[in-house]
Amino acid sequence: MIQVRNVSKVFNSVYVLKNISVTFEQGQTNLIIGQSGSGKTVLLKAIVGLHDVDEGEILYEDVVFNKLNFKEKKTLRRQIGMMFQAGALFDSSTVEENIIYPMDMFTNMSLDEKIERANFCLKRVNIENANHLYPSEISGGMKKRVAIARAIALNPKYLFCDEPNSGLDPKTAIVIDYLIKEITEEYNMTTIVNTHDMNSVMEIGAKVVFIHEGEKCWEGTKKEVLHTDNKIFNDFVFANNLAKQVKNIH
Amino acid sequence: MNLGVGSIWIVIIISSFMGAVITLQTAYNTENPIFPKYLIGLGCRDSMLLEFSSTVVALILAGKVGSNITSEIGSMRISEQIDALEIMGVNSASYLILPKIIATVLFNPLLTIISVVVGLLGGWIIVIITGVIPAGDYIFGIQYAFIPFYVTYALIKTVVFAFIITSVSAYHGYYVDGGALEVGKSSTRAVVYSSIAILFFNVILTQLLLS
Repeated sequence: MIQVRNVSKVFNSVYVLKNISVTFEQGQTNLIIGQSGSGKTVLLKAIVGLHDVDEGEILYEDVVFNKLNFKEKKTLRRQIGMMFQAGALFDSSTVEENIIYPMDMFTNMSLDEKIERANFCLKRVNIENANHLYPSEISGGMKKRVAIARAIALNPKYLFCDEPNSGLDPKTAIVIDYLIKEITEEYNMTTIVNTHDMNSVMEIGAKVVFIHEGEKCWEGTKKEVLHTDNKIFNDFVFANNLAKQVKNIH
Repeated sequence: MNLGVGSIWIVIIISSFMGAVITLQTAYNTENPIFPKYLIGLGCRDSMLLEFSSTVVALILAGKVGSNITSEIGSMRISEQIDALEIMGVNSASYLILPKIIATVLFNPLLTIISVVVGLLGGWIIVIITGVIPAGDYIFGIQYAFIPFYVTYALIKTVVFAFIITSVSAYHGYYVDGGALEVGKSSTRAVVYSSIAILFFNVILTQLLLS
């Protein structure tokens, strides 16, 4: 479980996160949604410690993460896997080397064990025979899968995904969404996914948190999405005609 | 490899032409019978040793190596590869920048030595081709009144310049914010700032070491 308590973040005297409090439960896919520029990526990066928060606390179970020093954070990061928006695979390393990298940083496994684990992770995300390819030689969808494989290489307790299906066709996007959901349930992880894709919300969103202009505007389950009266949230969710028709049917 | 070995050819090409041109210019501007011909060789040697092989080569490397470092680290920043390193508990600044600084600080002195040798060879070849002075006078000149401290002076400057090139360029890459356009702008800024810093420290080091 991850708890965000009264978190605020200021960039150049402007509040990009304002007093946000939310709890993300274990074993389910938690979604942070919002318009571009709403602050959801800043919130995600604040939770993993890539941005320092100016006010408030971030708790991993009972540990206040933002009060830890570098070494203590490193210990906790052993349990964190993160998939970045564009994959963030290391260009100069092969697919296999990318997945082995976190094992090099955090474990004393032998090379054979690391290769075995890398192969297992690649198989789990349905990629085979790509071990020795470079990121520039694989498709966008494969990059996302490799990024997931790297994120789960250490069997983490917490998984973070920043816009996992951006730039993908709808069919591949759903495959990636379900892959994240399956892995979350299989390993009982606390997963937080950052997205503005409503398909993802309706497919995998066990809990949905809506951020608007740096503030938490709404939170609930995917079933509650269709029945809320929150105007700002409805304007975002039902922005296109198809979504409006779906809303009217319900 | 890119930073050091990859620069050998450009250093060889530039140094050979610099040595040749210095020799020709000195020869054509000192056509006085009371001026010993061997001083042309001495002029080439000291010019290469004191200024060209350290400072001019450093300015060229600031363009080649500096922009390479800035764009490489900057690209890693905008594609979130540096964030990925941080997530894995890696001190990204130390991991990405320190090896580059160590590599250039250790390898650039070798480039300077190569530059001096090739520059003197360039001067010798142009002397043979044009016959502007007897080759024997040139060979005598490059050995005449040699001050070994000039080599130390050139190497000290090279080490300082190597540190400036790498650290300034890495800083501009590491703190780039935005997209590909900003990486390009940062590369340009890194080359300009490191070149100015090199020229500035050239004056300071010359005053400190040769006064």
